[in-house]
Amino acid sequence: MGANHDHDPYAATRPHGRALRLGIGGPVGSGKTALTAALCRALRDELDLAVVTNDIYTTEDADFLRREAVLSDDRITAVRTGACPHTAIRDDISANLDACEALQERHPGLDLIIVESGGDNLTALFSQGLADRQIFVLDVAGGDDVPRKGGLGVAAADLLVINKTDLAPLVGSDLAMMGRDAGKVRGGKPVVFSSLRERPGADEVAAWIRGVLHDLAHEHGEHEHEHGRERERAAAS
Amino acid sequence: MRASLLLLADSRLPAGGHAHSGGLEPAVAAGAVRDVPALADFLRGRLATSGLVAAALAAAACAHAARGGGAWAALDAETDARTPSPAQRAASRAQGRSLLRVARTAWASPALDALAGTPGGPHHPAVLGAAAAAMGAAPREAAEITAYMAVTGPASAGIRLLGLDPLAVNRALAVLAADVDAVAAEAAGFADGPWAELPAASAPLLDLYAERHLRTDLRLFES
Repeated sequence: MGANHDHDPYAATRPHGRALRLGIGGPVGSGKTALTAALCRALRDELDLAVVTNDIYTTEDADFLRREAVLSDDRITAVRTGACPHTAIRDDISANLDACEALQERHPGLDLIIVESGGDNLTALFSQGLADRQIFVLDVAGGDDVPRKGGLGVAAADLLVINKTDLAPLVGSDLAMMGRDAGKVRGGKPVVFSSLRERPGADEVAAWIRGVLHDLAHEHGEHEHEHGRERERAAAS
Repeated sequence: MRASLLLLADSRLPAGGHAHSGGLEPAVAAGAVRDVPALADFLRGRLATSGLVAAALAAAACAHAARGGGAWAALDAETDARTPSPAQRAASRAQGRSLLRVARTAWASPALDALAGTPGGPHHPAVLGAAAAAMGAAPREAAEITAYMAVTGPASAGIRLLGLDPLAVNRALAVLAADVDAVAAEAAGFADGPWAELPAASAPLLDLYAERHLRTDLRLFES
């Protein structure tokens, strides 16, 4: 997954020289906006970042982020999805691309744009043309059988976040089973448990994002290094 | 070429249309459209006014692009002059930007490249016309696609906003098809004339709805 197809003639996005676009999807009420706010607080001092929200009906999510003052207003953009949140992140990503490009233009040094999807069902999946990486958020109160049911979001996201673990004893959810079931459908891709009430910094998710950015910078560096060696060889011959 | 034209007219074209209701959402909010007959009336009115204007602009853009299509500022100004509502201008430019991204990814054309320089993004009919020209289509075909989209977009929004029976809405569109063809034929007649004489049919209620929509707290569609 991702936009780093160096030789892809159909590449929909610019692979280098722009911010990493991170999609955050998941069902209504799973905690996407609270996670986005926590990530902004955790990462804003080390990364140049911005957020696009895909509100279903209002600009409530964007308003929440502004009210919480996690970022300055000019770094938060709300997109309307015409009653089809999954269309806006998958089939027709133009409004989100427009928003990302406008943010990038306003803040040319951006490292990371978080694109938060509107609350959707388990089949929601971000297009590779929009998101370089994607996180799917479930909450334990939504039913501990959800990871077993799978779905595109649960199975294919680069990171699965099982959120609100503090509620597990209250709603009788079996966290160990959720973790095992998720592992089975995800083929080894990472799963983290989070509780913003107990760990408001979303430490596990923030650490994963740092890792992604580090790996990309490293890959890019290797790539440049390889080019440099080719140039040296060409010059020597 | 025929299949390319179908791609351009397809509602699945990833050009942002799904988030625009063509003024239907504020009409629904105002209680003016509640059922399929009222939707059909809305579509007929829209087709005769902004549909005709957009189709004629697209036909003119197609003819201009076929001639090389370097300078777009005058047609852009003519479009602004026929779009009194700032909200509708913004919606047209937003859809124009999205369509231009799609069109330039799919079809190589200097006219499309030139449109990219339009401040704020090009108007939607101009891009539709230039995209049609890029695949060798005639102004009449650009007008047909534009007139068709002027009614199919809001019809689809009606299904989503009101839960209308999609079969009944489709029948209403089928009844309207002859009118769509007639509007496209009329619009195509302006393709090679002076731009100042392009039709300027207005729909003041649609303009008011568009402005009111921008100030509404609860809305699903951009326009």
